[in-house]
Amino acid sequence: MKPYDVIVIGGGPAGLAAAVSANDSGAAVCLIERENRLGGILKQCIHDGFGLLRFGARLTGPEYAQRYINEVRARDIDVFTETFVTKTESDGGGFVIHAVNRSGVTVLSANALVLATGCRERTAKQVFIHGTRPAGVFTAGTAQHFTNLMGLQPANNCVILGSGDIGLIMARRLTLEGAKVLGVYEAKPTPSGLTRNLHQCLYDYGIPLYLSKTVTRVFGEDRVTGVEISAVDDAMRPVPGTEEYVACDTLILSVGLIPENEIAEALGVKLDDRTKGPVCDGQFMTNVDGVFSCGNALHVNDLVDYVSENAAIAGKNAANYKKAPRKLLELQADASLLYLVPQTLDLNRDNSKTTLFFRSKEPLDGASLKIYADGNEVLGKRYAFLRPPEMETLTLDFERFGLTENSRVTFKIVPKAQEG
Amino acid sequence: MDIVCIVCPKSCRITAAPGNPPVITGNSCKRGYQFALDELTAPKRTVCTTVRTVFPDAPVLPVKTSAEIPKDRIFDLMREINAFTLETRVGTGEAVIPDALGLGADVIATSDLLKETIPEGENDR
Repeated sequence: MKPYDVIVIGGGPAGLAAAVSANDSGAAVCLIERENRLGGILKQCIHDGFGLLRFGARLTGPEYAQRYINEVRARDIDVFTETFVTKTESDGGGFVIHAVNRSGVTVLSANALVLATGCRERTAKQVFIHGTRPAGVFTAGTAQHFTNLMGLQPANNCVILGSGDIGLIMARRLTLEGAKVLGVYEAKPTPSGLTRNLHQCLYDYGIPLYLSKTVTRVFGEDRVTGVEISAVDDAMRPVPGTEEYVACDTLILSVGLIPENEIAEALGVKLDDRTKGPVCDGQFMTNVDGVFSCGNALHVNDLVDYVSENAAIAGKNAANYKKAPRKLLELQADASLLYLVPQTLDLNRDNSKTTLFFRSKEPLDGASLKIYADGNEVLGKRYAFLRPPEMETLTLDFERFGLTENSRVTFKIVPKAQEG
Repeated sequence: MDIVCIVCPKSCRITAAPGNPPVITGNSCKRGYQFALDELTAPKRTVCTTVRTVFPDAPVLPVKTSAEIPKDRIFDLMREINAFTLETRVGTGEAVIPDALGLGADVIATSDLLKETIPEGENDR
């Protein structure tokens, strides 16, 4: 059994970038992917708009993935496709991975792990839609798989619940293929997807967006025949008496993504309630020494460019990982932030170039991100606008704040109106 | 005319008024200016879709237009693409339908799906 320095689990954009970066840092790297082709979900994201930050070019998903696949292929990285990890164990010094593939059971070992396992879509069950269980209820990603990889048309007349980006992208995609998208319904009072997607996917094609409305019931025996739409109140509860019936043959759900962390949890990795991904430090290492997390497994990103960025950092740090005592300091984000990543800093490490990702809880026109160390403002950064769907990133030198284990570091977003 | 720029994820809110020269404000880069100008005069879009193939291992191949085409010709182009079946194993960037509808843009492959060769033994380790 050949010991690796780093094993990367997941061959999507995060895993590809982590493997390349770990190899460039001198590590012997193994990349494990359960599907038969590398690229992850990008394989079915055939629309363009990827890579503007990373490559300065407007690429489609498959084109973006191909650039990283070529980078992996150009290096001495052991790639295992059609390989499924069944068990991960810590063996004191490192990790042992059990995986199954066509050759049977494979056992691999490594000094460090990078978990790049992506995320999953929330389903109808998780959003409490009542009614029958006919065919024709799909998550947006499933509809995308049918359309873009299998060449099948999953809908003729459809209702989309949720204004997440995949839902908006699918509204346009199905319209192009001749389906009628009757409307996109969003339970929240503000859209979830990127603003440009509302414009280029819905408004370009005259597809209506209904806010503060949700699907409360599905009708149909063998196939969906219609859905019941209800208005919701401020607490997102359906308001009795507002029900309306919309005839359709398909209901597509774009109601959020949840980081996939089954392998992480089996290793004892602690998850953050806000991101649903691992709690990590500035090196993207989890609370379990030697286990790193990146991409959508760490937190759901809105741009693949950010996934590649944080995965490359995780890959490099995994390559350089040596077991050492940690001195963790919590970064506290108050309720004005939807979340903050990383959630901790290891003061025994270099934190002079720490990349942070955050989202505002509320849509704000004009606001500042403020960081306080023991009550003193150490940073104030202004933003023309902040929107929960649009993640912000910044790189900070924490060394200059003179932090100790006993410091109290807090993050807060202050709307312009409340600033002096 | 209020425009949301779709060139990059920043989604700048742009105001554009016709005139000589047109008055365009709110953009934060040159590409945003050009986008707003096009929206005023002749809106254009890149079309991304799939084309049917004869290959059972990949029933459809992702494609896009090599340049933006007039927005009002999108559905004409979709009809053209959906009437076509690909019979050669082309790779990323290769033309599938050259100069489609005479609009000056090729429909090109955006995936190596049909050319991809999995390295020997990779699926049999």
